[in-house]
Amino acid sequence: MAEKSQLQYTAEHEWVLVEGNIATVGITDFAAGKLGDIVFVDLPKVGDTVAEGKIVGEIESTKSVGELFAPVAGTIVEANDAVSDSPELVNSDPFGAGWLVKIEFTELPSMLSLDEYTALSGE
Amino acid sequence: MTDVPNSADSPTAVKYSPLHSIHEQLGATFTDFAGWMMPVRYTSDLAEHHAVRTTAGIFDISHMAEIHVRGADAGAFLDFALAGKLSGIALAQAKYSLLLNEAGGIIDDLVTYRLADDHFLVVANAGNRFAAANALMERAAGFDVAVTDESDDYALIAVQGPVSRAILEATAGLTDFATPLDELKYYRETAATFHGTDLIIGRTGYTGEDGFELYIHVDAAAALWAALTVAGEPLGLVPAGLACRDTLRLEAGMPLYGHELNLTTFPVQAGLGRVVALSKEGDFVGRSAIESGPDAGARVLVGLAAEGRRAGRADYLIFNGDTEVGVITSGALSPTLGHPIAMAYVDDDVSEVGTELHIDVRGSRIAASVVSLPFYKREA
Repeated sequence: MAEKSQLQYTAEHEWVLVEGNIATVGITDFAAGKLGDIVFVDLPKVGDTVAEGKIVGEIESTKSVGELFAPVAGTIVEANDAVSDSPELVNSDPFGAGWLVKIEFTELPSMLSLDEYTALSGE
Repeated sequence: MTDVPNSADSPTAVKYSPLHSIHEQLGATFTDFAGWMMPVRYTSDLAEHHAVRTTAGIFDISHMAEIHVRGADAGAFLDFALAGKLSGIALAQAKYSLLLNEAGGIIDDLVTYRLADDHFLVVANAGNRFAAANALMERAAGFDVAVTDESDDYALIAVQGPVSRAILEATAGLTDFATPLDELKYYRETAATFHGTDLIIGRTGYTGEDGFELYIHVDAAAALWAALTVAGEPLGLVPAGLACRDTLRLEAGMPLYGHELNLTTFPVQAGLGRVVALSKEGDFVGRSAIESGPDAGARVLVGLAAEGRRAGRADYLIFNGDTEVGVITSGALSPTLGHPIAMAYVDDDVSEVGTELHIDVRGSRIAASVVSLPFYKREA
């Protein structure tokens, strides 16, 4: 699990860990807490090409449905099967075992810092 | 991620429960419900749901509205104002009823308790408080009754789940039961006191479990919540929010106003034909419209069950082949049953139990079967 300060964030309440040309993507604890108990996660398949800002998956709680947006354009190189089997990992460890996808990218858009994201989410 | 509610944009006129500071101390997440800032969950809505099914949960539902009807004509007045025959219920009995408009649509669904021969307590939904109170006051003309909206005086605490009675019996300071709880039947109420404050305890609820609803003055509510919690924690009582209240009532097949019930839905469409006492003497508001009934082939409320984990939700459309035949009003992955369930209005000709339909879940079709309601029934 990475330090929150090392991550970048989107206005869609996603976090992004950049290592080389791979972006690991999850949703923030704030988003997971707002959704409530997550009971179903639908993720893109390995090899899928994703466009920045487009919907690539869904996260359902008992109460609502959230959409997963690709924070960067690229190719899905890994999807977290563990959260498909145990969606509650997104609640219990959103920045660690509850990560969602890894995207191989060539160009990184501008994202939010922790301070900017914290101000946005009003925490 | 989208659909994350922004907690910062609540209106300034928001109302707070008399138990609000307790919920804050418990770390609740709040939601705006009918203008009230109410706990949506404390820890996990699934854990709270399971606690109510297996042990017990304590809910703050102080947003509900309490309207008293007092006077020599109280029974006759309610027979005219509501769809049921309230004059026919026994002392201390409760009855589920409907407040109809002239067109036969539903202004609110209510629970009415008979506190005395000439005194009834009508409990309305928070979002319909003023509509219900105003309708009752207007309809009181010509009757010897006083209709008073006393909602601001009341807190309402629900203890729901199989160990609820043991919790109330173990609660310090809760005494002077007019009827002992082991003799109090379902849909009956008893007077009692809590450290000298009068309260009304109904064996009623909105979860499909055994349980109680405690109506008490706002000034004594926090102490009562604390005493119930002290007594209940060893028995598995947990604070429970509105999120699990919704999945619990959905599993129990109970309608939620604004979802299954509204101003243009006839009771019979919602499966509530039995709530309308057409056999009672005299006129009541909505009678002539109800007697003509909805148009032939009007959609009716059904239960739908599906496999997998993707749930149909409110406003998702129902298809039979390529034909749109209905719409979901409430849906969730059932925490108790482990599969998706929904209540939906569908065309009459596809409403038979066993009919195979499809739910359009954001572009993909999920197979679903019409099933009988409720989805969940507790063991007797």
